[in-house]
Amino acid sequence: MFEKILTVENVSVAYRQKIIVHDINFSVKRGEILVIAGESGSGKSTILKAIGGLLGKGGVIIDGQIFFDGQEITVLSAGQRRKISGEAIGMIFQNAGASFCPIRTIGEQIFESVRAHRDWDKKFFRERAEEIMQKINLDPATLDEYPFKLSGGMAQRAGILAATILEPKLLLADEPTSALDAVTQVSVVKELLKLRERQGISIVMVTHHMGVAWRMADKILIMRQGLPVEFGTCEQIFNEPQEIYTQELIRAVPHF
Amino acid sequence: MNKILEVRNVKKFFGTKQVLDDINFTLDAGECLGIVGLSGYGKSTLAKIIARLIPCDDGKIFLCGEDITDATGNAFYKNMQMIFQTPEDSFNPRRTLGASIAEPIKNFIGGDNLRERVENLLSEVGLPKNYAERYPREVSGGECQRAAIARAISVEPKLLICDEATSALDVTIQAQVVALIKKLCTEKNIACLFITHDLALLPRLADRVIVLHEGKIVEEGTPEKIIHDAQSEFTKKLMATNFFAGEVL
Repeated sequence: MFEKILTVENVSVAYRQKIIVHDINFSVKRGEILVIAGESGSGKSTILKAIGGLLGKGGVIIDGQIFFDGQEITVLSAGQRRKISGEAIGMIFQNAGASFCPIRTIGEQIFESVRAHRDWDKKFFRERAEEIMQKINLDPATLDEYPFKLSGGMAQRAGILAATILEPKLLLADEPTSALDAVTQVSVVKELLKLRERQGISIVMVTHHMGVAWRMADKILIMRQGLPVEFGTCEQIFNEPQEIYTQELIRAVPHF
Repeated sequence: MNKILEVRNVKKFFGTKQVLDDINFTLDAGECLGIVGLSGYGKSTLAKIIARLIPCDDGKIFLCGEDITDATGNAFYKNMQMIFQTPEDSFNPRRTLGASIAEPIKNFIGGDNLRERVENLLSEVGLPKNYAERYPREVSGGECQRAAIARAISVEPKLLICDEATSALDVTIQAQVVALIKKLCTEKNIACLFITHDLALLPRLADRVIVLHEGKIVEEGTPEKIIHDAQSEFTKKLMATNFFAGEVL
């Protein structure tokens, strides 16, 4: 049950010959939530992109290895990679509304991404989608809407639907709650926690919001300026932070 | 008591949708009033109406006792300044920060030694003096917001309106900028209207808080009262967004 889904070993990433992220190590077990926390420019999103194969043209993993489900994914070709992305690894971003095509309905787009991996017909897709939508408090009619008509919270739920309809083993989430207002933020955190309970999915999430980290994380990696500062369980990081920067970061969080 | 701002029965419609319904409050010199609410419930609309960036459909705005509801020109900006969520966008990208900070001094106060006055303002907000030579793109978000604060206080305003002024900043930078706003407003006896979606920021900052929901004021009181003794259903819901509190989720 507790096998490792993801292992990141000594990974360094460079953009245009400049090293952006240095020597990252962690592993994620099945059903575990790892939060990478840090401020702007800490390299937290870069780590997530390296795992997701989304570094883009200028970005290279210059050292280290990433294993997903026992397979080294850093050496895969683009074609092999596409088979994993979307099916076994789902992704959601800060602004899910913007990651949908604006001139096609939500349903059409998710159906297209499903068809890249499965031989589902429209009817079966709709049944599956509606089942999940019920669980994440999203009106099934949303499938026939265009992205611009959705509120921030609805768009984020549609993003969760798209990322999880194929029941991936790993969900990569980059600031999934950061563009939402306080009440909506809480409900998206709830949906992600329920998703882990329901599907046993592992989540690697990037956030600068220490409150969200506190609520969701099993383990936390604190990053600063491309370097890992501290790694530990959620309790260790919040109750006995060892590094001065971690202490500062926690102290700066507004709370009542 | 020195009343700086009075908002009386303000209403605003976008088309047929009413976004502000009968808003009333006052703000005294040196007082900090927090306005908290969710996206889309009229916080920024209210700020824009007070700052005369958009008109209201009904009601009155008084600044330092003067009715500015239908005022034209920009003389009232001597008494009222604003800072916004994205400071990069509120500076002219083709001018140095120093030139932008000097602009309101030239327009509203005049006098000599502009350079020295700009440098003093930069030190007041914790920026090195040579930042006067920099362009907005050459400084970080937090530094740019400090420059925006320097520009806002340059005319010694009576009222400072902060619309989500720290929401785009990293958490450690946010804490520094909040402390800076608090310190400057206290020292200079500036009334501050601080608009945010983050209720947790307000105990450090505000003397009084107004909770805005669906265009109405649903609760008003000290931060302690709002946090420990919330009356309205909406405020309770907002309180439940505190990730560090007991049984939220």
